[in-house]
Amino acid sequence: MIDSIRRLGRSGCNALESLGRAGGFLFLSAFAVPSREGFGLWLRQMHFVGVLSLAIVLVSGLFIGMVLALQGYTILVEFGAEQALGQMVALSLLRELAPVVAALLFAGRAGSALTAEIGLMKATEQLSSMEMIGVDPLRRVVAPRLWAGFVALPLLTVGFSVVGIWGGYLVGVEWLGGFEGSYWGNMQSSVEFLEDVGNGMIKSMVFAVVVTWIAVFQGYDLIPTSEGISRATTRTVVYSSLAVLGLDFVLTVVMFGGLS
Amino acid sequence: MSDTPFVVVEGLHFSRGETEIFRGVDLQIPRGKMTAIMGPSGTGKTTLLKLIGGQLQPDAGRVLIEGEDIHALPRKALFTMRRRMGMLFQSGALFSDLSVFENVAFPLRVHTDLPEAMVRDLVLMKLEAVGLRGARDLMPAELSGGMTRRVALARAIALDPQLILYDEPFVGQDPISMGVLVQLIKRLNEALGLTSVVVSHDIKETLSIVDYVYVISDGEVMAHGTPKSLDVDQDPRVRQFVHGEPDGPVPFHYPAKEYFSDILDTGVSS
Repeated sequence: MIDSIRRLGRSGCNALESLGRAGGFLFLSAFAVPSREGFGLWLRQMHFVGVLSLAIVLVSGLFIGMVLALQGYTILVEFGAEQALGQMVALSLLRELAPVVAALLFAGRAGSALTAEIGLMKATEQLSSMEMIGVDPLRRVVAPRLWAGFVALPLLTVGFSVVGIWGGYLVGVEWLGGFEGSYWGNMQSSVEFLEDVGNGMIKSMVFAVVVTWIAVFQGYDLIPTSEGISRATTRTVVYSSLAVLGLDFVLTVVMFGGLS
Repeated sequence: MSDTPFVVVEGLHFSRGETEIFRGVDLQIPRGKMTAIMGPSGTGKTTLLKLIGGQLQPDAGRVLIEGEDIHALPRKALFTMRRRMGMLFQSGALFSDLSVFENVAFPLRVHTDLPEAMVRDLVLMKLEAVGLRGARDLMPAELSGGMTRRVALARAIALDPQLILYDEPFVGQDPISMGVLVQLIKRLNEALGLTSVVVSHDIKETLSIVDYVYVISDGEVMAHGTPKSLDVDQDPRVRQFVHGEPDGPVPFHYPAKEYFSDILDTGVSS
């Protein structure tokens, strides 16, 4: 009994301690003064985490938009409200689906790769040797990856929304024969820029920080063995998915919950 | 000034979790000489190098490098201090996304504003010194173990450091590349007037090149002296290590409960 209380206390302390380490780590690396070649390093990482995630994010966006239109149409048509299809597709994507699904895909595609890459650099002593050369790995390795993630995910989310709305148009208008004018017209009159697009972007920026932070920290903090790397990669995907879904609920309550 | 030791380690205590690794280690690394730190595996020799390089914080004690306490330096000054040190890692630790040439050029590029032509000349000179000028376009994955270590050596001396820390430079090498490395380290050290610390348990190779030896065991300095004086040391623990006797004061067996009762124990708790 006493033992289990002690274990509980210890695991609580450990969790707090690693949260503290993660916070210090984020502070030291994200706000490090960029070096001269920092921009080039950042651009390279933008390619790895952003451009290379483009395919999976855009294809998923297209399918989600198409499914959304198909499901929405069959329900809306029962009430003779199929002209609201554009509004429905656009609002679901902008407010919810694009930020959340893009972040989940990003965690799986880019986050796990970041963890594994940094973890392997740690396991092969590349981070240590960089320190001994007199280069701070937080600035040289971590900071460009963090900032690439911070910027890439919101951009990917925009792409996701655009392609999704186009996918909805393909199904709702081109295939099912809805009226094109009402698809776009209803969308234009109901989507508010700040309220919907803006809030969706804020969500996406929050997710970008959280997912990239988790991924990079898990890589930096792991135990440098093959088992350690595999565990950390798994943790990255699990923690970021849970964090994204949990935070999404909180943010939705704050942004849209209290509307009266 | 030139007589004062380059590195002074005073009363160093360090533990990992529950395990105490160092219990008051005192060392002096003389300037311009090669000093070996030896001891059985698992005595924390690599840890000692990381403490000297400021990568780990000791629980107590100090490491002075040219009179400056390396663990009291702020982060920025620490990184400046490290430009005067080179470290050769056991695995080489080359940057796997950069070619051999770029690996050696890395310290020059980040710490100097030299024009590209001069960087090229310097890199080729360092690679020539380790005999790998022809391998400049290879990637680290294409190198053998011995070549990796030589490239890492070229990178460690790229900024002409005053102090080089060698972590197990001879481990896992075939006889030829072992001989190459021994000669290389000795020649480089004499030519550049470096202060070197070699951590190793390859007795023969290490004793053949160093000027002074510290033997560490059980978290303390067990013996120190010139290679010659260690060779005739009468302390049974030193004799066992220097002459490679399998059993002696350092037991062959890892601590365990009594053999007979362990065998009879079925593993099922009653």
